[in-house]
Amino acid sequence: MIYLLPALSGLLCFTMLVAAVVAIGGRSMSIAILAAGLVSLVASVLFLILASPDVAMTEAAIGSGLTTFLLFFVLGRVRAGEHDGEQP
Amino acid sequence: MAHLAMATGFLLILIGAWGALTNRNLLRMIVAFTIADTGVNLVIIAVGYMRGRTAPIIDGAVSAADAVTRIIDPVPQALVLTAIVIGVGVTALMLAYTYRLFEKKRSLDIRDYTDLKG
Amino acid sequence: MIKRFIALALVVAVGSVFATLLFGYTPDADLNLTARYYAERTAADLGAANIVTAIVVTYRGLDTLGEVTVLFLSASIVGLVLAKGTHAPHRTPVPVGELLTTGTRFLVPLILLLGVYVFVNGHLTPGGGFQGGAIIASGILLLLLADPLKHFSHSLISAIESLAGIFYVMIGLAGLFLAGGFLDNRILPLGTLGNLASAGAIPLIYSLIGLKVGAEFASILAALSETEEL
Repeated sequence: MIYLLPALSGLLCFTMLVAAVVAIGGRSMSIAILAAGLVSLVASVLFLILASPDVAMTEAAIGSGLTTFLLFFVLGRVRAGEHDGEQP
Repeated sequence: MAHLAMATGFLLILIGAWGALTNRNLLRMIVAFTIADTGVNLVIIAVGYMRGRTAPIIDGAVSAADAVTRIIDPVPQALVLTAIVIGVGVTALMLAYTYRLFEKKRSLDIRDYTDLKG
Repeated sequence: MIKRFIALALVVAVGSVFATLLFGYTPDADLNLTARYYAERTAADLGAANIVTAIVVTYRGLDTLGEVTVLFLSASIVGLVLAKGTHAPHRTPVPVGELLTTGTRFLVPLILLLGVYVFVNGHLTPGGGFQGGAIIASGILLLLLADPLKHFSHSLISAIESLAGIFYVMIGLAGLFLAGGFLDNRILPLGTLGNLASAGAIPLIYSLIGLKVGAEFASILAALSETEEL
């Protein structure tokens, strides 16, 4: 039981790093935005483990919810005029 | 656990900085900035964490009298609360400008915006 | 290629600074002076159970006023940058599914209720004005998704936003005259710790912050949704 939280946070940290690399280096823009949202979401779980429920709520509602939506919204608007689809 | 979270936060800042410096797509640069933002918040929260203590809320588990020995530092949490909200404001601003720039030149590539180069 | 090398050198340099910080870091065993003050005095002085809320709303209330001002500025600049002049963009209606419209009708009141709950209980439980404001904005977002052509009344949003701001500053000024200083929450009785009607003016101030933040996010979303597809 005593190793459960450290092991969980290790897993979460690893997930965040992988998702961040995908967000920076992945080819598809939509997957990059989703990966950035995943980084925020996992970060909010990690904040909860680090005994900061206020910050966890803010990060989940604002960081991973609103930011991801704003990015997708602008991506949709911009892609409609972009005839060749995905940006490299 | 604080060290682990802090190391992850620093790595996220570095990944975000690398992405913002090397990518040429404006939207991708904004994504990189949001990742670096999350990393900074994680580092600040990790600084406030103390092993074996609980969240700074006084309730049935933590009474007002023994709060000093039971709770973690609340100041970094208040700071990060501010930082997250300002972060989304800045992101929205960057996205609005990106939309306007795209409208002007129909391109998201930073190399097409050389008007201010001497 | 040379740019990539410079970027790599920069990242490595910053990374080495971070590594020194990380390996030199030892966690505190005790609370530092400021945190100890907050932990000892919050319950007795302000009557708030959530110490983070007490710091955000009262101890550092001026910072929070500045923060909502920054958010207001960024929302106005988004509106300004995306403004399209006088002509209304002509958009063809996009059919949305029955599921989304019915779901919206059910969910939006519940989401708004949750948002209000979160910011009214900010001094007792985790949560508060910023989280509740974001939840309210997500309800507005659902409305926008269900009916993309819906034209949100900007004057209503800005009226809510500015009224909340004015009352926030007026409560702050009342603290200056009736209690210890600007944004002091002791203009109202502190009540018993843990009750909903406790902690003086904190629930009132945090509700105003919640309304203000929700209106600001809603105006950002409305400004973005009124842009044309490029």
